[in-house]
Amino acid sequence: MMLKANKLNTYYGLSHILFDLSFEVNEKEIVCVLGRNGVGKTTLLRTIMGLTPPHTGSINFKGEEVAGKRPYQLARRGIGYVPADRRIFPDLTVRQNLEIAQKPGTSGSNSEQWTIREVFEFFPMLVKLENRFGNQLSGGEQQILSIARAIVGNSDLLLLDEPSEGLSPLIVGDLRERLLALKNKGLSILICEQNTTFAFKLSSRGYIIDKGRILYQGMVDELNSDEKVKDCLAI
Amino acid sequence: MEFSDILDIIVGGLTSGMLLFMVAAGLTLVFGVLRIINFSHGAIYMLAAYISYSVMALFGNAPNTYWMALLIAPIAVAVLGALIEVFLLRPMYNREHLMQLLVTYALVLVIVDATKFLWGPDPKMVLLPDILSGRIAILGATFSVYSLVLILIGFLTMAGLWLFLNKTKLGHIIRAGAFDPEMTEALGINLKFIYTFIFSLGAWMAGLAGVLIAPLTTVSQGMDSSVLLDAFAVVVIGGMGSIGGAFLASILVGLGNSFGLLWIAGIAIAFTFIVMAVVLVVRPWGLFGRPIK
Ligand SMILES: Nc1ncnc2c1ncn2[C@@H]1O[C@H](COP(=O)(O)OP(=O)(O)O)[C@@H](O)[C@H]1O
Ligand SMILES: [Mg+2]
Repeated sequence: MMLKANKLNTYYGLSHILFDLSFEVNEKEIVCVLGRNGVGKTTLLRTIMGLTPPHTGSINFKGEEVAGKRPYQLARRGIGYVPADRRIFPDLTVRQNLEIAQKPGTSGSNSEQWTIREVFEFFPMLVKLENRFGNQLSGGEQQILSIARAIVGNSDLLLLDEPSEGLSPLIVGDLRERLLALKNKGLSILICEQNTTFAFKLSSRGYIIDKGRILYQGMVDELNSDEKVKDCLAI
Repeated sequence: MEFSDILDIIVGGLTSGMLLFMVAAGLTLVFGVLRIINFSHGAIYMLAAYISYSVMALFGNAPNTYWMALLIAPIAVAVLGALIEVFLLRPMYNREHLMQLLVTYALVLVIVDATKFLWGPDPKMVLLPDILSGRIAILGATFSVYSLVLILIGFLTMAGLWLFLNKTKLGHIIRAGAFDPEMTEALGINLKFIYTFIFSLGAWMAGLAGVLIAPLTTVSQGMDSSVLLDAFAVVVIGGMGSIGGAFLASILVGLGNSFGLLWIAGIAIAFTFIVMAVVLVVRPWGLFGRPIK
């Protein structure tokens, strides 16, 4: 088991956002969380990353209880956060954005560690952008760099917040292929999306949330053919 | 007016400008990274000046013991700065901004009273080493060696900070942390250490400025508040958090004051604040600051 969350409750100030959420991500698995705007997807990822720690509930990551740990501690344990607005550092170049994110993974063996060179090989589009500043990148380029930044930190679990948002269909196709390649290299991915088609093509299992609660969960094929799920996700 | 007179005014303006920059640089650096307005910056500067006096007294008070003071006093206040950050500021980061202001303001009172208690009310003299106290002739004018050294130190400080922040990995991490602390932490970086380091570096720079100015004036009560007001003005003119901005603003204010003195004696004191008012009207975020989103 990579990640197992049990009965998470999260608040912003006094407003209760997530209600008793329980979910899990297995090793080498891509899991999606679907739901309309404002249902709590971003909050869920922020909760796992320690940016908005849960009020109650437990988060087990690779066998260790990590609820309440600081974001940097979670990152060092192998969780990589790719936020919806990408949050590339605008005054640093692509290479510098990667350099400051570089850290050893927890696997121990050096052969399994990503180097910046390998990240460039894995995302060839970044090569010619190496010396561009963050604020000179397109949305798609920023998205790839944001993922690359999580990869170069040797994360075992990626948290992706609406990665397909604002990207052209062509780039979304590339992105899907790259994410599957990461999975084949052994990473686990938890992905929040409103783009159901994209998420279903990528994931093996999914959770459908509404107003901070899980309404449906299951294998992607089951969810995909379920009329109630379609109703829940319809705008 | 002769050319040598103009050179004289320029050197005088640059000297006071660079001394101002040495103080302002630490202030703006701490603001840029920790988002704290450090009212105690001037008090730390004064404390270092007093410490330099005592270091020299300890080593026999010969002019050459100034080098020991220059080494030891800034380090002493840098250690103090680190302790302040860890024990007084760190517990305040999650509190409202006002609490942080109160802490740094309370520190002013404590440090100022401590200097009064330890060194008494009388001004203290700090002597320059012989090698720095002469004058040299350049282009028909003679300049104090120490003035030229101070100008050089100011430029070297700017260059050093620029290289550090732009050309080293730690510098990149500091800039990332200043821009987006949350994302920086989410990449595995523990900003606690960065904050301690930056606050300590800021104190070291204030201390260096305090020791450098001591031989030009005397070390006395009140030197903290007079410098702090000007340094704040320079930080605001340059853009809060911008070191390059503080550098240019310091030169502007330094030269403006020395040329202003020439024409209208009364304007010099007001000049800094007139510039500040104009900049704030035209660019509220300062010459090189960023508008807050
Ligand atoms: N910083 C915040 N403070 C207070 N409420 C917030 C904050 N961020 C989000 N919310 C609220 O939390 C709920 C869930 O938001 P979010 O997790 O961003 O949803 P999603 O990512 O699914 O669109 C929304 O009702 C939103 O208004
Ligand atoms: Mg969201």
